[in-house]
Amino acid sequence: MHTKTLAQLAQGLKNKEFSSVELTQHYLDRIEKSDLNAFITVTDELALIQAQAADDKITKGNASVLTGIPYAHKDIFCTQGVKTSAGSKMLDNFISPYDATVSHKLNQADLVMLGKANMDEFAMGSSNENSYFGDVKNPWDKTKIPGGSSGGSAAAVAARLSAFATGTDTGGSIRQPASLCGITGLKPTYGRVSRYGMIAYASSLDQAGPMTQTAEDAALVLNVMAGFDEKDSTSAERDVEDYTASLNDSIKGLTIGLPKEFFSEGLDDEVASQVMAAVKEFEAMGATIKEVSLPNSAYAIPTYYIVAPCECSSNLSRLDGVRYGYRCDDPKDLEDLYLRSRSEGFGEEVKRRIMIGAYALSAGYYDAYYLKAQKTRHLISEDFKKAFKDVDVIMGPVSPTTAFDLGSVKDSVSMYLADIYTLSANLAGLPGMSIPAGFAQNLPVGLQLIGNYWSESKLLNIAHQFQQQTDWHTQIPEEKD
Amino acid sequence: MEWETVIGLEIHAQLNTKSKIFSSASTQFGAKPNSQACAVDLGLPGVLPVLNKEVVSKAVKFGLAVDAHINQRNVFDRKNYFYPDLPKGYQISQLDWPIVGEGEIEITLGDKTKVIGVTRAHLEEDAGKSIHDLYDDYTAVDLNRAGTPLLEIVSEPDMRNAKEAVAYAKKIHALVQYLEICDGNMQEGSFRCDANVSIRPMGQEKLGTRAELKNINSFKFLERAINLEVERQQDILEEGGEVAQETRLYDAVKHETRSMRSKEEANDYRYFPDPDLLPVEISDELMAQIKQELPELPQEKKARFIAEFGLSEYDADVLTSQKPMADYFEKMIVNNADHAKLCANWIMGELSASLNKHQLELLDAPITADDLSLLVNRIGDDTISGKIAKDVFKAMWDGEGSADEIIEAKGLKQMTDTGAIEAIVDEIIANNQAQVEQFKSGNEKILGFFVGQAMKATQGKANPKLLNEMLRSKLG
Repeated sequence: MHTKTLAQLAQGLKNKEFSSVELTQHYLDRIEKSDLNAFITVTDELALIQAQAADDKITKGNASVLTGIPYAHKDIFCTQGVKTSAGSKMLDNFISPYDATVSHKLNQADLVMLGKANMDEFAMGSSNENSYFGDVKNPWDKTKIPGGSSGGSAAAVAARLSAFATGTDTGGSIRQPASLCGITGLKPTYGRVSRYGMIAYASSLDQAGPMTQTAEDAALVLNVMAGFDEKDSTSAERDVEDYTASLNDSIKGLTIGLPKEFFSEGLDDEVASQVMAAVKEFEAMGATIKEVSLPNSAYAIPTYYIVAPCECSSNLSRLDGVRYGYRCDDPKDLEDLYLRSRSEGFGEEVKRRIMIGAYALSAGYYDAYYLKAQKTRHLISEDFKKAFKDVDVIMGPVSPTTAFDLGSVKDSVSMYLADIYTLSANLAGLPGMSIPAGFAQNLPVGLQLIGNYWSESKLLNIAHQFQQQTDWHTQIPEEKD
Repeated sequence: MEWETVIGLEIHAQLNTKSKIFSSASTQFGAKPNSQACAVDLGLPGVLPVLNKEVVSKAVKFGLAVDAHINQRNVFDRKNYFYPDLPKGYQISQLDWPIVGEGEIEITLGDKTKVIGVTRAHLEEDAGKSIHDLYDDYTAVDLNRAGTPLLEIVSEPDMRNAKEAVAYAKKIHALVQYLEICDGNMQEGSFRCDANVSIRPMGQEKLGTRAELKNINSFKFLERAINLEVERQQDILEEGGEVAQETRLYDAVKHETRSMRSKEEANDYRYFPDPDLLPVEISDELMAQIKQELPELPQEKKARFIAEFGLSEYDADVLTSQKPMADYFEKMIVNNADHAKLCANWIMGELSASLNKHQLELLDAPITADDLSLLVNRIGDDTISGKIAKDVFKAMWDGEGSADEIIEAKGLKQMTDTGAIEAIVDEIIANNQAQVEQFKSGNEKILGFFVGQAMKATQGKANPKLLNEMLRSKLG
């Protein structure tokens, strides 16, 4: 069953080829056997209850499109009555009293939550090595990282431990692990999916999206996740399209922009040639290729690593040991309570970013760092606006390399370089995708698609058409016992 | 040396919305601790603020009433600091782009007026409450107040003594009540004043180092705290010392201020625009609508009271200085349009005196405007005299019933029976021939003697007008 796509599974459930309880149990068994550490919490009892309820609906004939489909939910989304840790010791004891809007929508659509997927602590990381709950392994090679921060989600989908997974992307956290694990990941336009109940890392950049086997699956899941939410002032008051509607449209005449800045030094040769091969495939399908320039994307890393830490330094202030979450033993006074709870509760990378952010926002530095970064961010957006006058979609690599060895990247700055191609889309608020585009060093390589604002349908259409011509997305890592 | 005092005020007016500024929890005062704090107010992971649009209209109303520039695009910022009653670790406030820009307001002191500048007014959320004396080893936190909408109104340092500061604070207090944007309840903390006080040698332009006085919850304490602080600073400077820039808490019980934190200990608040909230955009249409909905303001009401009811400048000014008083007057007037001056006198006289004596607010007065208007009616229609009315008023205050019930029960109705009064007058004239002779020889003042005698005989119930006429005709 697990080799089927989400679309096929949904059909199977409708046709009663198998029940949701059977499907759910099958995935739970696979999770049980898996040693990838893709989950922080497995909600097996809850999953079987949800599956039974879904089966009842299917029997009664009042099921919706995805009723009974099991999924892995990134542990950054609040789930009522279930531990929501965000990969941190700080929230190891936090049972959320409420549902995130995304969680609520998935429940309303009768989906079955298998558990909460592992992730870098508070979504800060590109390798999933920053989780309090341990590293996640790449299913293609267990000595490699799965990417991050949605590493557990990507590994779960790649290893077929769930039909799909949710992810969040602040600087590439959906696209980069999707690329390194060989699956399809979509980061929608900022404001398309509600952030309410999604534990905030960098509020102006965070965006949730689906992580799936195929573009068609991603369209089906985005149909459920997307939409205006009055509880999120930054969500867009814009109707939700049916993202499956234009999947089969022809892409003849499509103009693809290749930013020269995305093919510069630091890009692995084999990755580059896989990406170019994919672009050639599009050419064969009737698309034309054009070189574009995104000159300010060179500043994406420094810009991002000011904006995101500034916001996170403030967003994470509520984790103070006072009302919930980790509190140090025997605080001797208030200062001690704050100091030790936060020192002991947060991991190194999180503390590093809080300190960078607090520094950049402090009196006398604000203009030089935060304001400057905001200006650069604006310039990066303008580059894209200009490029989209000439092209329909921008393509390039997702990650400069394939998945690297667990434990091999020791310093933060080298780690930050892994995000070089993904950050721009977040800074500009644009939708981006990663789709499987081949292998290098026996590891998956992803192709990145960046579209104009609100062009999710177009991106999914382009990706789906590519997946009709290629079979990279159907590859499954070999399972050895 | 002669010193000049310079005062600026920061007033926090709690906007009277039903729900909080960024959540749907109730703002009702006095509920069980932490019963009115929802997920957003508690600062749970993942929650987001959503602006209560009511606060925008209310802030704009205030801005228009002080002739201020309204920033139709204004921005919420985060003010970051750690404290247990600040659940998110930051307060959402406005720094660079407040909703209300520069404005001004006129204050009156005796027969002088002065214009005080309003620097700005911005929207922000209140913090919760820390209670330090409830448990021995712990501080208790009540988050019911967290997220209550505040309008912080900042004045220019335009006031030169405590009396001016109080006059300004009272003026703002009256204004927010007129606008019906704040209930003005100082006991419950709905209207709070912080005072920035400094002194400088008379004639010097450069401002002295200021101290910020906090925790002042009445106008009386505002005046006392400022005077106390001025004395303190004078003592320091005259002894050759330097005033430290610091925040000082006023203790009303001990009547002292004490240092809370120095400039060095002040937080770096690391302000930045709140990425969870979009900038507020106020359309021209909304501006026009709010302008149209502005209620009658104190100055306009005063002018109308003079024109419509023939009140004196002074009376109109006193009556309109507080909205509850103006409302009280207008309610009385409904049944007493012909006796406006009498209504004004009774409010400013007996009623105000009794309120003062019992330390009550007008809204808590045991005599309603309707009740008092009936009493004034009875004076107007000659049922009782003004003097008797004071006794009736006292009985009404003590809850003995309505004016009519008391007049009836105590038999206070004026004698208007000419025959009965005549009999009494005749008797008095007959028994006091010596005084009659004096009157006849031109001593007009002696008339008072006869009036007194007649009043005594009628227990004050004789209609004074009738009595006077009768005496004059009989004596003349």
